[in-house]
Amino acid sequence: MVSVFYALSALVLMALIFGAILGYASVRFKVKSDPLVEQLDQLLPQTQCGQCGYPGCKPYAEAIANGDDINKCPPGGDATIKLIADLMGVEAVSLDAAHGEEDVKKVAYIREDECIGCTKCIQACPVDAIVGASKVMHTVIVDECTGCDLCVEPCPVDCIDMVPLHTGAANWKWDSLVIPTKTVA
Amino acid sequence: MQSELTLIEQVKLGKIWEFPGGINPPERKSLSNQTEIGNFTTHTLYIPIQQHIGVAGSLLVTKGESVLKGQALTSPGEGLSLPVHAPTSGVISDIIDHVDAHPSGKTVLTIVLEADGKDLWVNKNPLLNWQELDRDTVVKHIQAAGVSGLGGASFPTYVKLSPHKNIDLLILNGVECEPYITADDVLMRYHANEIVQGAQIIQHLVAAKLCVIAIEDNKTEAIASIEKALADVADIELRVVPTKYPSGGEKQLVELITGLQVPSGGIPADIGIVMQNVGTSFAVKRATIDGEALVSRVVTVTGERVKNPQNLWVPLGTPIKTLLQNVGYSPEKTPRLIMGGPMMGFNIVDDMMPVVKSTNCILAPSNFHLPERGVEQNCIRCGQCADACPAELLPQQLQWFAKADEHEKLKEYDLFDCIECGACAYVCPSQIPLVQYYRIAKSDIRQAEEEKLKAEKAKRRFEVRQERLERDKQARLLRHKESAEKRKKALAQDGSAKDKIAAALARAKAKKATSENTDDLAASDTPQDKVAAAIARAKAKKLKSSKVSVDNSADSTPEASLETSLKATDTAPTTNPNKDRVAAAVARAKAKKLAKEEQEKVKNDAELKNETDHKGHADAADKPVSEAQVDKTLTAAEERKAKVAAAVAKAKAKKQKAAADEPNQEPTLDFVDKASAKISNEDKKRSADDERKAKVAAAVAKAKAKAKKQATESENSTNTSDKETPDLNVADDLSQTPEQIRKDKVAAAIAKAKAKKNANNDTDNGSNNS
Repeated sequence: MVSVFYALSALVLMALIFGAILGYASVRFKVKSDPLVEQLDQLLPQTQCGQCGYPGCKPYAEAIANGDDINKCPPGGDATIKLIADLMGVEAVSLDAAHGEEDVKKVAYIREDECIGCTKCIQACPVDAIVGASKVMHTVIVDECTGCDLCVEPCPVDCIDMVPLHTGAANWKWDSLVIPTKTVA
Repeated sequence: MQSELTLIEQVKLGKIWEFPGGINPPERKSLSNQTEIGNFTTHTLYIPIQQHIGVAGSLLVTKGESVLKGQALTSPGEGLSLPVHAPTSGVISDIIDHVDAHPSGKTVLTIVLEADGKDLWVNKNPLLNWQELDRDTVVKHIQAAGVSGLGGASFPTYVKLSPHKNIDLLILNGVECEPYITADDVLMRYHANEIVQGAQIIQHLVAAKLCVIAIEDNKTEAIASIEKALADVADIELRVVPTKYPSGGEKQLVELITGLQVPSGGIPADIGIVMQNVGTSFAVKRATIDGEALVSRVVTVTGERVKNPQNLWVPLGTPIKTLLQNVGYSPEKTPRLIMGGPMMGFNIVDDMMPVVKSTNCILAPSNFHLPERGVEQNCIRCGQCADACPAELLPQQLQWFAKADEHEKLKEYDLFDCIECGACAYVCPSQIPLVQYYRIAKSDIRQAEEEKLKAEKAKRRFEVRQERLERDKQARLLRHKESAEKRKKALAQDGSAKDKIAAALARAKAKKATSENTDDLAASDTPQDKVAAAIARAKAKKLKSSKVSVDNSADSTPEASLETSLKATDTAPTTNPNKDRVAAAVARAKAKKLAKEEQEKVKNDAELKNETDHKGHADAADKPVSEAQVDKTLTAAEERKAKVAAAVAKAKAKKQKAAADEPNQEPTLDFVDKASAKISNEDKKRSADDERKAKVAAAVAKAKAKAKKQATESENSTNTSDKETPDLNVADDLSQTPEQIRKDKVAAAIAKAKAKKNANNDTDNGSNNS
């Protein structure tokens, strides 16, 4: 009887000790946000274009973590879908055309002599890539522009174009096994 | 310290180590190294403003300017930057985007120079006392002369000449291991002394204890002449290395001479070594001792399709086409030109491509001697590529990963240690273009990394922006709260608060009266008066500051209402701004709607006519009413109505402008103008009906504006416009019903609307005051 009591008390004591350790650990090492969302957010192209139907890349990352489709990101394209599929352990599917097509990288360009300085595009830009003030001409900081397209719609005078990113010799990439050749004399 | 001594000691032993892999392709160097270096001049030069790795300088010259040979055309900017110089004297005929000496064949900003044939040098500025001068001064001088690595990579030499680490050994690379090319060979043969002088300058600048000139054992004449030049020079030694490709590679040569390996991802300076090409050494000497900028270089023009293969001093910027014409080039049926050697060079996309600082060879091979690569076959896993690889990589594995786009695996297998020498592709029995796969993979990885960085930056900017917006919102809320509190306080202290309470009471009474009104439609005369009173009250309320006696307006008897109405007339001008705004809103809403609905032009036209008709119609219908009831108080309403009409007319004029392709609109516009003119000319003859119509118009405008804001699709706007027409039709109908009923109904409607509006205020005020 006494031995049973000892055994019980030993177990209870151990349970209390481990419980205390676990309790402390859960407070000490608390994970504030879902790490999966962070990882997904890392994979998304951060254009903040909203083509997925969510107001930014992070909300879409959250949606994916909660089981939304992974093929709603046209700027990321198939490469991003593949990465997300790997992370989520699901089958990679092709891009949902309802959200747009994968396109060449573009940047916004403001035809400056037509700009009336309404600041509407500045308010629309998710990454503050447009500089300008009320009633003065605006312009796009090309290096910061993510090509999200969001500034085009609000422009009352339609002076914003999306132009393909300039590729010079510096940012050209080998893209085929055969170098294009021209008949030379 | 131990290893440093060992390094120099090891090198001084004169031992030649070995590097793994390597191949021995046919050399074909004898094609071009049989003659002395010829001179070449041409009329038109295309000088790209960037001919080195790094940042382009900024232009110093303009179109039409005359320049002398050696004159700087650009000034170096921040970072890795070098100037370019005029290769001969002449006139800048243009500054254009011209094809660059690059595998992509993309364009780059290029200065076009028309030579005048005089070849006049600019004032030279030699540094004869370079040994006594501060090192920085000499390095800056070499930078200003535009010297970059002439071995192929075109890395700015001045950067290598100011190392951040202690340098023990300088290696001068005269190996030139690639087949066909003999530019360094002949340079060493005929300019050995100058190369050695350059080596001394470089050795002095980097403070290297020892300098080694390495030459492959197939260049016997070059070895002989360098030996001769080194006869009475201390601290410079000659090493003859066995002929093997790619022993001229920087890392391979370091291993050959010292037995040490450059760490992965590092540079030779990490182990105390600096390497320069012999051509660079020559250019350094010319820049320092002769004060000549880098304006020309030795180019091997060779290949079986060239009649007179040879080495030439070619001014930088010479188009390849002109160069080839000079040496008797006869193209194959499928012409092929290579810039650089057969192993590492690239196919020339456009023969207007200029010779630049890194161009050591123009190769026009025959298909027999240098056949085009055949069709790629499957990898048979023979492993020959791994044996040939001088960097001890696993080309086969890399190939699989490159084909599968496995960037992580590629990095794991040290893709970036690949020097793209092409040895693996050379030995591959399946003719797999391995190097191309690696190049594609490398640029893919670089791009992916760049994009990742950019995404990170965008994310940060997005988050900061969100934070800022949130902050602004909070600040705004706080401000509103504060001002609301201030208002409350002021109200409590202000003496006029009592007046306000009285006004509130009056409004409450009015509300009561209105409800009676609506219940009792049979009372025919009173409602009219009450309408007047209600309008007057509303106006009086707006005029709180002018201290209108609200008690009077609170009284709902007919006599009092007349008095109040007169007072209200005075207040009319004050209320006008509001009306203006309404008018403006109507105009704006209409104009905007129209711009959006170009495609619904037909429908709009119909609507336009409808409205115009209605205007005229309403006018006519109004007359009897106005005669029956001459009321001064409504002058204000009249004015507003005129303004609304004017605004509508304006909006319609805008509409017409948009639909300028439809000329039949003109008469309608005239009609509108006439109608509005008529309306504005008629004075003191307005009934409450006018007011009501204006209100309807205002409401419609507001509704439209709201709908416009919310609607993202044109269908929504269509609905709105559809809705609008019935409304106006109802108004039309109403204006034609028997006078009495109409008046009653109108009065009731206005009163109701006002009461509703007031009710809100009342409850607020009431709760505050009671």
